[in-house]
Amino acid sequence: MNAYAGDVAALARKDLLLEVRSRDTLPAMLLFVVSALTIFHFALPSGSSERAETGLLWIAIVFTALLGLTRAFAAEREGGVLDGLVLAPCDRSAIWLGKTIGLTVFLVLAELVALPAFALFFHPLSWDLVAAVALADIGIASIGTLLAAIAAASRARELLLPLLFLPLAIPVVIGGVGASIASDPGSFLAFLILYDGVFAILSWASFEYVITE
Amino acid sequence: MSTSLLSRHGRGPSVRFGPLFAAAALALLVGGFALAFYWAPEDADQGFSQKIFYLHVPIALTAYACFGWGAWKALRLLWTGERRYDLESYTAIHMGLIFGLLTLVTGSIWAKISWGQWWTWGERQLVLFLILFLFYSSYFMLRYSTDPGPRRERNSAVYALFGVVLIPVSFLAVRIAGTILHPTIFTHEGADLPWQMLVAFLVCLAGMLSLAATLYRVELTGKRIDASLRELRELLA
Amino acid sequence: MTEESRLTDVITARKLSKRFGDKRVLEGLDLVVPRGGFVLVTGPNGSGKTTLLRLCAGLFTPTDGELEVEAPRGAIGFLAHEPLVYNELTALENLDLYGRLYRLPERRERAGAMLERFGLWRARNERAGTFSRGMLQRLALCRTLLHDPDLLLLDEPFDGLDVDGAELLHTELAERSSVTALVATHDPEALAARSTARLALA
Repeated sequence: MNAYAGDVAALARKDLLLEVRSRDTLPAMLLFVVSALTIFHFALPSGSSERAETGLLWIAIVFTALLGLTRAFAAEREGGVLDGLVLAPCDRSAIWLGKTIGLTVFLVLAELVALPAFALFFHPLSWDLVAAVALADIGIASIGTLLAAIAAASRARELLLPLLFLPLAIPVVIGGVGASIASDPGSFLAFLILYDGVFAILSWASFEYVITE
Repeated sequence: MSTSLLSRHGRGPSVRFGPLFAAAALALLVGGFALAFYWAPEDADQGFSQKIFYLHVPIALTAYACFGWGAWKALRLLWTGERRYDLESYTAIHMGLIFGLLTLVTGSIWAKISWGQWWTWGERQLVLFLILFLFYSSYFMLRYSTDPGPRRERNSAVYALFGVVLIPVSFLAVRIAGTILHPTIFTHEGADLPWQMLVAFLVCLAGMLSLAATLYRVELTGKRIDASLRELRELLA
Repeated sequence: MTEESRLTDVITARKLSKRFGDKRVLEGLDLVVPRGGFVLVTGPNGSGKTTLLRLCAGLFTPTDGELEVEAPRGAIGFLAHEPLVYNELTALENLDLYGRLYRLPERRERAGAMLERFGLWRARNERAGTFSRGMLQRLALCRTLLHDPDLLLLDEPFDGLDVDGAELLHTELAERSSVTALVATHDPEALAARSTARLALA
């Protein structure tokens, strides 16, 4: 158990260290989300409701996440490292967990910019929305890591990942927007927790099968 | 590691039972629709147009069954590593997608007849099927864009499992969405069905399932023959 | 090592075949590598040397036939065409990560010792992305041998190495006299003295 946790920690730390050094992904995500929010302002005619604006925030989150997901295994692709990780005696699911933790951190960091920007451009946010975003991040990172591995095996990686991801993201958007605007966000937050639990376990258990040939 | 063509692709559905399934499907469907149109009483609210319920809901339930069957075969593939389950899973999901499309079409017709619109976000079943239709269409994109081999088989199997988990999750999501986001104004859930309707419905359902089973066997056999032929050609080349 | 394990063959392949779609890379291959064996695999480009090694490593599954490799993942050392290192991590960090994943005790020290043996000690804190081809190959060899594997699967180990590097590799292999090895190479003469058998792929 300790060995497993150690593997996961080493892998997650490696991903964060790589991002600090290369600064490939996070700056792009930050710029993307602010650009998207700007476009949304122009896409919303004046007099649009706060609810519509909140909905668009969730679109921005999903697509910014997608941007980050396409880079999920980029570092491993560069040096062919994935083979090295797969050959190691550690559990393959540890690779999933380490990568998912790394992705979640990226998403949170991106939202640390996105949410204040949204509050600045549109209207103040509720704590329920923040909680929903945090829960959504976990779910998105969980399935995203797995789907990125699936898409990596295809000939059209960049095209396939969004296609695989978006239908699965629909419940997240429902839960997130619901929690953001409902008078009783509890049931939506509970739903997001359920989504996270179910899909995280499924991703964790099935990663072994998509990463090996 | 099994090597024979037969064990790799499976012997295929038993030829003996093929005609039996087809006959059963035909009998049940014809019988079911006869019951639905001539025997079951008309719905008090919707009148004759309600009859499409006997088509739409069995098709929907059959689609669910196909996705479930496909997921079961996918699980078997991952569990045993036997490659024949890939074709079975893929065929089942293909069936499911066809029936899913039919669900959307019949649902849309019913919506037009009932409320005058070809589409409504308030009809939960319809919205759920739209999500599933998108998901399983992506499944096919996954298969088309990945080169054949163990990798594609496993990736497809895992994605098929995601699909079957998505069904209840989406059902729940659409349900809670109805309370806030897209109010469910229209609903087909009426009062308890009179028993004649239930009987007719069950016969139609059995008929649809038999139809799906028949088509599944036909397609699977065809695919297996294709695969075996291809391998023979390779060996001889 | 018990008497029994001394006798088991490490790699046994029967009618091993690997196809990618329509392309047949390996067909009906029979191979036995006994414990302690050092087998050279030769053949022109595209003959399947790399594919054979990847099959033995477990990175590919056979299309047909049987393949048994009597070595757990942690006892296999695999050298690929690519170095399998992260460009943005330093040499030491890369080996430290692998050391962690292979559960090696005192992994920092072992990593350092390995780098020293391959003449990379001075470059230990430089990012792998800045390395030359020869240095990358040496780093890859460090990674491969770091955990003292029992089974070596080497794909063109001398590729990119200069004279010094080649000598270092010879020394390393000489010190590891009890390993079993399957080595794909364009230059079988370099390892002729060490090899126990050859396999020529068409």
